[in-house]
Amino acid sequence: MVKTLSRRSLIRGASALTAGGVLDLTLVNLAFGQGGAQPDFTFAYISDSHIQHVKGTKFVRNWDRGLKRAVAECNLLNPKPDFVVFGGDLAQLGKKEELDHGLELLSPLRYDVKYVLGEHDYYLDLGEYWADKISPHYYSWDHKGVHFITLNSIVTHDEWTNKWSSGEERMGVMAGLDDPRGSPFMVGAAQRQWLANDLAKIPKSTPVVVFSHSPLQKIFKNWNFWTDDAEEVQALLAPFDKVTVIYGHVHQIQYNQIGNISFHSVMATAWPWPYPESYSQAENYLPVITVPMNRADPFHERDATGWQFIDVQTGNLAINYSLPDNSPRRVAFNPETGMPEDSEFETRSIPPQKHF
Amino acid sequence: MAKSKFAAVAASIVGAWAFSASADEFTEEDLALWQAEYMAAVDVGRGVFTDPALGTNGVVCAQCHPNGSNIHPETYPKFQKQLGQVVPLWVMINWCIRNPLEGEELAADDPRMIALLAYITHERRGVALEPGKH
Repeated sequence: MVKTLSRRSLIRGASALTAGGVLDLTLVNLAFGQGGAQPDFTFAYISDSHIQHVKGTKFVRNWDRGLKRAVAECNLLNPKPDFVVFGGDLAQLGKKEELDHGLELLSPLRYDVKYVLGEHDYYLDLGEYWADKISPHYYSWDHKGVHFITLNSIVTHDEWTNKWSSGEERMGVMAGLDDPRGSPFMVGAAQRQWLANDLAKIPKSTPVVVFSHSPLQKIFKNWNFWTDDAEEVQALLAPFDKVTVIYGHVHQIQYNQIGNISFHSVMATAWPWPYPESYSQAENYLPVITVPMNRADPFHERDATGWQFIDVQTGNLAINYSLPDNSPRRVAFNPETGMPEDSEFETRSIPPQKHF
Repeated sequence: MAKSKFAAVAASIVGAWAFSASADEFTEEDLALWQAEYMAAVDVGRGVFTDPALGTNGVVCAQCHPNGSNIHPETYPKFQKQLGQVVPLWVMINWCIRNPLEGEELAADDPRMIALLAYITHERRGVALEPGKH
């Protein structure tokens, strides 16, 4: 806790050196065991930049700015994170121009970057360029006693994927969050089998951290805040003592606890999305323990984009959301209740905006 | 010739008078027509709402406002801080067209603006009016 606060003050001091001082990233501080064998470490998280090509060398300035600021300020972190995760949707329409430009904006990062595939990166060419230039679609690795897994959670039924006249048409439909012609995301049977094999090699006491683009839980089907085979994936993770899933896609703060699995979303660098309850015509399952993020002034470009740093004590995460135009939030796992909580926010005099 | 034309017009007026319903009655046909007209405007509005050509940078309204959410047509007119005054929704829509979409404002009675208002309000149907609310 003390370490976390001092880290935050360091970051704030660093951010004051930059224009605007907005950090659209997540710093994860892992602290397993009290005096245990594994050292603490941190990693940062940047997600959902939606780099959007206009024409020629012109890209949407607003979205560029969000990513540029995150990268610049990530480089100022002290202590340095061990690596950075990019949480998916680097591009808006999966174009090579967008992915290339996004990589260029990410290139100043002085750290190793791990990539998660988002639907906006995938549905133009089914991730071919991504696999060629950026990263495998799913993989796992170990780091200082933690088993990390990156899943491609945004595939869907083959019959849907193959029914379009062109990749552009398919990408255009899937890029519309509310487009009724879309299709639910899923991890899929082949990748679930890979996951089962991967997990079979890991002792059940090993902390497992899973990165996915879509939530590996079902929240709101209308906007694909949803993974169709979430229960099957959760069942594979259930035997482990401590599991945390971090996902992007939703552009808002969400957290949940299902059995042994803690779920946390990360913020977008591009733009915020309303909570599902803001759409009055469809049912949603926002986790009841989630206290919605409040919204700053929508006239600010970086409204409700933000950065977070997260520490994990004895294998459970605590996420500190630093929101440039909102009050900071801290969502921490409470061992007594066994779920993530935001104990401070509820005691504040500022009520969360209800998104009426 | 002129006289017979006048007679025909007169007859049609009388005919219309004779066959129209009383002022306090809508016919099923009227209601169906008006609903169809309204829904046509809603459909056009959805098209404008997702049209990359509304602005200049390809950004569409639906990108930040899926299903028209978080616009809250039921809260207008209301005070908008950066505009410094109480405005109706169409003024705020123009703010969005100017800024995130980097486009040109629409006139209040531009058919595209009317269609946008129809779509946005339709997606929020059934919600109580709360003018002025933030």
